[in-house]
Amino acid sequence: MSASNTDFVLAVEGLTVSFDGFKAVNDLSFYVDKNEIRVIVGPNGAGKTTVLDLICGRTKATEGSIRFRNRELTKMKEHQIVRAGVGRKFQTPSIYGDLTVFENLEISFPRGRSVFGALAFKRDEEVMTRVSEIADMIFLSELLGTRADLLSHGQKQWLEIGMLLIQDPELLMLDEPVAGMSVSERRQTAELLRRITKDRSVIVIEHDMQFVAEIADKVTVLHQGKILAEGSAEEVKKNPKVIEVYLGH
Amino acid sequence: MFADYSTSELMSIFAMQGFAGLILFSVFVLMALGLAIIFGQMGVINMAHGEFMILGAYITYLTSNIFADHMPQLFGSYFFIAMALAFVAAGALGMLVEWALIRHLYHRPLDTLLATWGLSLILQQLYRTIFGAREVGVTLPDWLMGSIQLTDVIEVPINGIFVMSLAIGISVTVAALMYRSRWGIQVRSVVQNRPMAGAVGINTAKVDRLTFGLGCGIAGVAGSAFTMIGSTGPTSGQLYIVDTFLVVVFGGAQSLLGTIASAFTISQAQSSMEFFLSGSMSKVLTLLFVVFILMLRPQGLFSLKVRR
Amino acid sequence: MSYTGLRSLLPKNDLLSFGVLALLLVVILPLSLDIFRLNLIGKYLTYAFVALGLVLCWGYGGILSLGQGVFFGLGGYAMAMFLKLEASSPENTAIQSTPGIPDFMDWNQLTELPWFWEPFHSLGFTIIAIVLVPSVFAYIIGVAMFKRRVGGVYFAIITQAVAAILTILIIGQQGYTGGVNGITDLRTLNGWDIRTDGAKYFFYFLCVFLLFVCLLIAQFVRKSKLGRLLVAMREMEDRVRFSGYDVSNFKIFVFCLGSAFAAIGGAMFTLQVGFMSPTFVGIVPSIEMVIFCAVGGRLSIIGAVYGTLVVNWAKTSFSESFPELWLFAMGALFIAVVMAFPNGLAGLYKKYGEPLLLRVIDKVKAGRGGLGGDLNSKGVVHERQ
Repeated sequence: MSASNTDFVLAVEGLTVSFDGFKAVNDLSFYVDKNEIRVIVGPNGAGKTTVLDLICGRTKATEGSIRFRNRELTKMKEHQIVRAGVGRKFQTPSIYGDLTVFENLEISFPRGRSVFGALAFKRDEEVMTRVSEIADMIFLSELLGTRADLLSHGQKQWLEIGMLLIQDPELLMLDEPVAGMSVSERRQTAELLRRITKDRSVIVIEHDMQFVAEIADKVTVLHQGKILAEGSAEEVKKNPKVIEVYLGH
Repeated sequence: MFADYSTSELMSIFAMQGFAGLILFSVFVLMALGLAIIFGQMGVINMAHGEFMILGAYITYLTSNIFADHMPQLFGSYFFIAMALAFVAAGALGMLVEWALIRHLYHRPLDTLLATWGLSLILQQLYRTIFGAREVGVTLPDWLMGSIQLTDVIEVPINGIFVMSLAIGISVTVAALMYRSRWGIQVRSVVQNRPMAGAVGINTAKVDRLTFGLGCGIAGVAGSAFTMIGSTGPTSGQLYIVDTFLVVVFGGAQSLLGTIASAFTISQAQSSMEFFLSGSMSKVLTLLFVVFILMLRPQGLFSLKVRR
Repeated sequence: MSYTGLRSLLPKNDLLSFGVLALLLVVILPLSLDIFRLNLIGKYLTYAFVALGLVLCWGYGGILSLGQGVFFGLGGYAMAMFLKLEASSPENTAIQSTPGIPDFMDWNQLTELPWFWEPFHSLGFTIIAIVLVPSVFAYIIGVAMFKRRVGGVYFAIITQAVAAILTILIIGQQGYTGGVNGITDLRTLNGWDIRTDGAKYFFYFLCVFLLFVCLLIAQFVRKSKLGRLLVAMREMEDRVRFSGYDVSNFKIFVFCLGSAFAAIGGAMFTLQVGFMSPTFVGIVPSIEMVIFCAVGGRLSIIGAVYGTLVVNWAKTSFSESFPELWLFAMGALFIAVVMAFPNGLAGLYKKYGEPLLLRVIDKVKAGRGGLGGDLNSKGVVHERQ
């Protein structure tokens, strides 16, 4: 198995984390292919967000390994993991309300990330084009000069996705990207996701099974920190165990 | 440095210093308990904590004067009345302050720090205006004076023992209140999840006010106890504030047991070093040690690893 | 720097406030005050260095240090040590039992200069040490704290403890430090008497010059991406971290920068006031410096200077006439600035002063015809409180 790990973008093996004896994630293994869209579903408290936290380094694993393009992530610091090519969107929109949409995107532009790099950073042609390109993609090009805290909830979600896109990550992790969105925003987001998931692997946490069926290549069902089922959306939907603990009859 | 002393002398030195350390420990516990409630449970930085203690001390001073002037026959028991008055006065002032200042600042901890510092300056000047800039002391009732001779070289002062028992008594009461009473459960639930506590019908504003009042009231009692081992001046409170905060932070802010353990560690370290080094150097070394440990273990000695 | 570069560093409204401050400090005050009062203003301005550093650390970075007096003191003591050694030449101290060492060492039965005093015979070393020693100290504290994600209230308490420790140490080790009296009786700088009116004028202008250098550095940081990152970190630290930045490095940087500013202020204090003592190191002065910054407006670097001047001027005049009222006023100030004016003087100015002033200037310009056309371009798009 380990020899073929190079084929996977992400290989999670035997991952365990415990908080005071409570195992939030228990001996978890899964593999994400290149250009795959993987959706993680499961009841609340199943450990979905914790898995993303573990991959991006926000929580330290008790045991196990996470390899991203054959680089071990469990020993790396958060910013190193990001620089290696892993982007993470949080469940609630995390944007900088005091800065404009333009500045939000500019800060996320992957250049001048050291202290002195940031001091010397110049707003040049490359930055301007890239920012407007991304702003177009996330439906915010009219709002570049607006303070981010004046945006609607859906627009904030898009902005955060845009902040990740500008870094062009190889693995993108989205935690409930359409939660709290209106129907039309949801449609726009689905379209946005389809566009941005070309040429990169994506892990999405989502509850809306219809939305999941629309976007997923493969679905992983988590329950009590363990994998309950894995497969295509159709297979998972029919799985009696999944119906029992998560989907309901 | 030990060469000049014989073994038995060394033993006595350690015993005496150990006892001095125990008194210091009681003082730290008394100081820190109120703060452990206010800072540890509520997350509020009260820089005026020392001034609440001093309020208790001045109340005790006034009570002792009144007893001495008007009912000298009851002088032996003034202290208990003074302590109750100190608790009520400091607690009432605390509730007033919570209402006027703190409740507007719960989401701005650093601003609370500055506002309560302002409060401490005002209180200091108030004390100076009312009681004068000179330090005042109380007359101890006869039964608190003197000391108990344990061996021919070891003797322990009675007021020290009294302060110690007071510290134990108050710690036990606070622990019972926090962990056994219905009110304690309410406080802890408000701390952990304010919206939810409000949703299940707990009056969070009232709980906040009472908790802050209780913390300040305990500070008042602590101040009252201090009058037995030292004198009180308008700025005495400021001297304690750094020590008090370090004790609470060092113990792990959320844990009462941690506060007591850290008070013990810090006081013993300081008093044992004091015999061999100058007072200021042992203080410096103790504080450095605490800061150093906090850098290694920022969450304090006793704290749970929690899921973020 | 090119014209456009300068324009983006100092857009119209900032240029205006820098200009007004320069006019006040370089022309108006020196012309209208006698040297005693001007020297007093110079002393206040040394605190403005600290307040300026706090604007960057606290206002922008969200890091509240309650130990800035430590760095002010380290800078001031470094300067004082040089001056004291010069004042303690063997000829000047011939009556001591050990000539050639500072008087307080002689009183404390020291018979030779401690090793860490030796390098302070050199002015070059001293000037480097003034900036470097506090910066390195801040760097050590910063690495220890920020790499372990200690911040907010805990950082405030620990820096306060550091201030307490240093004060106790200075007072306790009086043979090495001059104790509670500090290092006094400083006379000459490379043979030039620093107590004359001429020297006082010189140091006042040097202080103003250095303050403007620091203001421009702060303005540069504020206007750079680093300034925006600090704002971003204050709001949503995790997002910055998960955008590939090592957040702690940025905090360490502003903390060191703030400390270096404070140290320069401390050195200028020693030169203008003629002594340095632990009263400027401890908990009380450190937290007072925070209030200078808060009164000026915690997000305004120019405001920090005005805040410092206003509070200190008020302190001096109050203490002269109603000494007992000063603490009440100071306490009320702490509470008011938190509860009622969180953006301080700068907030009030932004709300009422600036619109008025800009309108007046535009009117004057329009009257003269087109001269300031390019100044009206939209240099203020990304400008905010």
